[in-house]
Amino acid sequence: MAINREYVGKTFPRTEPYEVSREKLREFADAIGDPNPVYRSRAAASEAGFADVIAPPTFPIVVSMAGSAQALADPGLNVNYAMVVHGEQRFVYTRPLLAGDVVTAEVTISDIKDVGRNSTLTTTTEIRTVEGELVVTAYSTIVERGGAG
Amino acid sequence: MSDQVKYADVEAGAELPIVNYPATRLSLVKYCGASGDFNVIHWNERIAKAVGLPDVIAHGMFTMAQAGRYVTDWAGPAATVVEFGVRFSAPVVVPDDDIGGTISVTGKVEEKLDGNLVALALTARSGEAKVLTRARAVVRLP
Repeated sequence: MAINREYVGKTFPRTEPYEVSREKLREFADAIGDPNPVYRSRAAASEAGFADVIAPPTFPIVVSMAGSAQALADPGLNVNYAMVVHGEQRFVYTRPLLAGDVVTAEVTISDIKDVGRNSTLTTTTEIRTVEGELVVTAYSTIVERGGAG
Repeated sequence: MSDQVKYADVEAGAELPIVNYPATRLSLVKYCGASGDFNVIHWNERIAKAVGLPDVIAHGMFTMAQAGRYVTDWAGPAATVVEFGVRFSAPVVVPDDDIGGTISVTGKVEEKLDGNLVALALTARSGEAKVLTRARAVVRLP
């Protein structure tokens, strides 16, 4: 069964607010093996010109995945998650995410297509503060292996 | 952390040095926990092999994070990343030994743009495989 093309253009409800914490940023930076102090120390971040500890550039995936998980879990979309691999990822930033930001993700399915024997699903996720400021937009393409048909 | 790169000092076409980043089983377990992505192919060799993979593989986002580190280490602490994108072209295989996998990143200054922006073209390899293609970052420099 193919991914349901009727979902192209569908926007899912905003996720619950996610509070970016210094401890989570430190944990994420440790996990990617990046010792950069701007991800850990307010003093270092302040010296670099930021109001608080900043997030590494790929950290927004933690927030956007919560939104895309909601989309992928929709049984009507018909994605076989066991066969899914990550195809492409792009972020466009207004500014870095900062400790203390409270953000939500809004996922829109922008494209579904067949590429050979596989299907691809592209989402656009806007990550905004609860005050409405757009911080980063994440564009993700996942590939369902053998999903065409 | 590197010194601060200034926009005025950057030359289009400049090649940046190669940096090797390790990806071990421990890295992946930590990344699972920190990211919330517990897909079994990143920690369970039995299932990874059963679905046709050579071994446990790194999260694509772990590999992208290493390329991100390459960019921010080059650009320096006062730079900000305004755009960052990659295509995942092959998996980083992480065997269960004391070495794991290695992600080798190189970069080139693709172009200097208005507004103190610099575009970097990146490549990432693991062994013989090109693991990221069309990898590009745009940073704003002081």
